[in-house]
Amino acid sequence: MQIHIPTPLRPFAGKQASVNVSATTVGSALTALTTEFPELRKHLYTEEGKLRAFVNVYLNDEDIRYLDQKDNTPVKESDALSIIPSIAGGTTAVESEPVAALPKLSVDEMARYSRHLILPEVGLDGQQKLKAARVLCIGAGGLGAPLTMYLAAAGVGTLGIVDFDVVEASNLHRQVIHGTSDVGRPKLDSAEDSLKAINPNVKIVKFETRLSSQNALEIFKDFDIVADGTDNFPTRYLVNDACVLSGKPNVYASIFRFEGQASVFATEDGPCYRCLYPEPPPPGLVPSCAEGGVLGILPGLLGIIQATEVIKLILGQGEPLVGRLLLVDTLAMRFRELKLRKNPDCPVCGTHPTVTKLIDYEQFCGIPPAPAKNAAVVNGIAQMEPVELKRRLDAGEDIYVLDVREPHEFAIAQIGGHLIPLNDLPQRVGELDPNREIVVHCKMGGRSQKASEFLAQAGFKNLHNLAGGIQAWSETVDPKVPKY
Amino acid sequence: MLRINQSEYDTIRQHGVETYPHECCGVLLGTAEDGVNSVAAVVRAGNIRTDSAHNRYQIAPQELIRIQREARGQGLDIIGFYHSHPDHPAQWSKTDFAEAHWFGCSYVITSVRKENARCRAFETNAFLLTGTGHGEEDKRFEDELIQVQPIQNEPIAVAAAVEIA
Repeated sequence: MQIHIPTPLRPFAGKQASVNVSATTVGSALTALTTEFPELRKHLYTEEGKLRAFVNVYLNDEDIRYLDQKDNTPVKESDALSIIPSIAGGTTAVESEPVAALPKLSVDEMARYSRHLILPEVGLDGQQKLKAARVLCIGAGGLGAPLTMYLAAAGVGTLGIVDFDVVEASNLHRQVIHGTSDVGRPKLDSAEDSLKAINPNVKIVKFETRLSSQNALEIFKDFDIVADGTDNFPTRYLVNDACVLSGKPNVYASIFRFEGQASVFATEDGPCYRCLYPEPPPPGLVPSCAEGGVLGILPGLLGIIQATEVIKLILGQGEPLVGRLLLVDTLAMRFRELKLRKNPDCPVCGTHPTVTKLIDYEQFCGIPPAPAKNAAVVNGIAQMEPVELKRRLDAGEDIYVLDVREPHEFAIAQIGGHLIPLNDLPQRVGELDPNREIVVHCKMGGRSQKASEFLAQAGFKNLHNLAGGIQAWSETVDPKVPKY
Repeated sequence: MLRINQSEYDTIRQHGVETYPHECCGVLLGTAEDGVNSVAAVVRAGNIRTDSAHNRYQIAPQELIRIQREARGQGLDIIGFYHSHPDHPAQWSKTDFAEAHWFGCSYVITSVRKENARCRAFETNAFLLTGTGHGEEDKRFEDELIQVQPIQNEPIAVAAAVEIA
């Protein structure tokens, strides 16, 4: 009988368009074929010996998978077998579900959204799309505040928020979703109150947890779009990878002092965050808001750009920030745009991804596992609690307190240390006496740990790092020292 | 390289306009020689993905067998496939890549959009599915040049053009 070979498989079948074999059944015909041309075997069968899912084999006009006797179906000399790899494709990566009817708007909602309804680009249909939309915001902080407030006001039907922090006084200069009386409350509860006050029609779904590799995909699955308002690299990579893996657009913004960035990542044809930044910066190179400070208005500006992009994606209107990185410089008040390309070798969204499930992002970003609380020694540096330092200073012990913060921080609060900013330490190390006991401090304990490690390398023996920095001093020793 | 006559090229693009907002699909018959896929005939196929025809296409295997049989009769081979991307760029998608299994074949994609209430075909691109041939692991799409051969021997068209000029 004849077996017809499709063009792509002919190189493995002696370049023939059809092959003649003697066989009594479908199974024996295929065995005869792959015995004569062993190269064909891996193209037709999986390692388990099953016919590959995209390969169809037809006996005359019948798919052999659906023959009553399958492989044992008898064949005649005049029969022909055809091998046909499937032909299919489409514009979107995710299997689209049957389109559900859009939710209707009530009379009250019509009145509320009337200025949207008369915009042709939104209209009734668009407003119904907004009502049907489910948007997940990671973080209810600086970016999350304007983002969720405007999305709620615009009539996005379901807003999920992931956050586990409580409101602190230092949040209030930018996180306008929280008020003075909310200090000490969970951010989620405070945000929910504000959003419900703006628009009671919005369904708020609260996730009071730290987003992790264990829970991200489970949390993402009930949402259409993810907006990343995180302030740290491990979570940013986690959000990006989870978006790529679950096929959801990642509407991104980040802020630094007076500058911000925004883009839309992880759409089907566009780049992802890793195409832009394959590797995170070394830990400590880019300070967080708490360490580096931030202009209060800046997250407002960037969060609203994020909200605009989310609305455009829902409506399918305009040109989304896909493949473009918007750079905002508020001091110069300039907006620039960089063109981004999808990286075919991207480890997560490229053609041959190596990251196919969520990984340990703390480790990826080079952040060592958090030391046990009150660990006595970190990286060979003895840690000292503020109360212990206070007790020993009060007892009149000879301790040299070294403050490695910046001069403008020193101006806000200090505990009597000698100021040598971390960056100046290598040049000024000669000012220190290696034989004295030294306690190094900064704001929170990170920079002083680095400074201590540097000093230890330089031969200093009697060293301590002040655990928790001046912040912990203010909390446990002297509340009159301002927190900033 | 993919070599195709203007009339066949137009047929492919027109097909996408006709099925908009759904995806069209079809088969390119011809010959493959020295890295050039030359199209001799274009065969329209039905899209059996009626559940999601705006962003999916699939050609029924039975239809492919029929097309392949007819091609054999004419001494031609299947050398490629075409489909349209309604309201999307003429770029292969993840789905297109995942579902592409015909090594050495040209995958032609035409972007079709509605502009000023009129539907028209925009860009058409071709992608050659290549690999070392050792299974699916190292397959990839290569951008493939399309060489459109002008329509020849049509003096009537030339005369008409002269008259208008």
